[in-house]
Amino acid sequence: MNVIELSWWQLGLAATLVLALAACTQLARLGLGKSLLVAAARTAIQLTLVGLVLETLFSVGSLPWVALMGVAMLLLAGREVMARQQHRLRGGWSFTIGTAAMFVSAFSVTVLTLTTIIGPTPWYTPQYAIPLLGMLLGNTMTGVALALDRLTEGVWRQRQLVENRLMLGQTWVEACGDIRRDAMRSGLMPIINAMAAAGIVSLPGMMTGQILSGTAPALAVKYQILIMFTIAAGTGFGTFVAVSVASRRLFDRRERLRLDRLTGSAGD
Amino acid sequence: MAPGEIVCLSGPSGSGKSRLLRAVADLEPHGGTVQLGDREQDSVAGHHWRQSVMMVPAETAWWFDSFGEHLSKPMPDALGALGFPEDTGNWAVSRLSSGEKQRLALIRALSREPQALLLDEPTANLDDDTSLKVERWLQAYIRQHQCPVLWVAHREDQIRRVASRHFRIDGAGLREQELRQ
Repeated sequence: MNVIELSWWQLGLAATLVLALAACTQLARLGLGKSLLVAAARTAIQLTLVGLVLETLFSVGSLPWVALMGVAMLLLAGREVMARQQHRLRGGWSFTIGTAAMFVSAFSVTVLTLTTIIGPTPWYTPQYAIPLLGMLLGNTMTGVALALDRLTEGVWRQRQLVENRLMLGQTWVEACGDIRRDAMRSGLMPIINAMAAAGIVSLPGMMTGQILSGTAPALAVKYQILIMFTIAAGTGFGTFVAVSVASRRLFDRRERLRLDRLTGSAGD
Repeated sequence: MAPGEIVCLSGPSGSGKSRLLRAVADLEPHGGTVQLGDREQDSVAGHHWRQSVMMVPAETAWWFDSFGEHLSKPMPDALGALGFPEDTGNWAVSRLSSGEKQRLALIRALSREPQALLLDEPTANLDDDTSLKVERWLQAYIRQHQCPVLWVAHREDQIRRVASRHFRIDGAGLREQELRQ
């Protein structure tokens, strides 16, 4: 089966819907019109560029190029994790922890899935590797960013409580235990909700895409389940690593709470 | 400082009384050296040090719902001495007044059996009668357990009653004061 070809003028029709929405928000004075249009334009431009990159990558298909693409995606995700935090660790720690956490989780889960579960030949076939890595990175990024933000925000707000617990002779792990649990929970909640609601409330994007492109629903479902599981593992381990390392960094060797290692506000 | 000795610290607000206590408790990076007996502060893990050299802050924070969960052992005598009924353990922390919190924080700390105490204005939120009661109870405890105590106080009459020695923070230094009887 083949997919029905989409031409540019057909996309233009869809774009008029967004334009109409922008016009309506303008009329209602919601002040959203401009950001809506900018976002729509970014979608179009970014996706077109990625399409070109992917076409080239698929035609070359060699390991160095696939790896380069993977690393670029990873670094961009790391930057995004850092940008989403209000209080970040000083001295590049925020970026490093986020990136390293995604590297050990999203990267290794992707490679593991490619080599042992899906098993295309060669294992780095970009058609499989890049979308898989992209989905894993995207979700892990959200989890890690949420968890780190919750962690740093938590100790920032509850510094008095944490220090009170330290004064009573608790270890740093005990003193920030509740905050760490909270952070882990908020990092994992999105994927838990997504798994619980999958198929009932929403048809996941990848599955929809495969069905649209002619894959039998039963097979598309299997791929979707695989993706959900790998995303859960990637997000979970990534969040775990990020929260563990970042919370350790908030205390020094003498187990003192060191809020001076955090930036004060978004602009600092 | 000798066992059972109460050294009072006073000074204008912002002069660094609390910071000095925090440094002795090793909650803040500092350049000094502190010893408990023959143990150097740096020679034990941070939480071990703070288990023995325990600071009771002026502002307290609580993490469980009820007061009793914060104690590491039941303290019926202490509760009685500070005027609390036996079922105080079930009290909700969110409903405690600041004066109650301050007294209960002392009990919370002493239930962990520290070897030295750092008290940051332990009676700041209390009325005169209750202050006296707390002072007497603390003095009895300190005498019985022979712990050295650094006590930040600003009221002259309290310092006269409890202090073995009294230092005033004066600019960058500490100046020993005469104790007027």
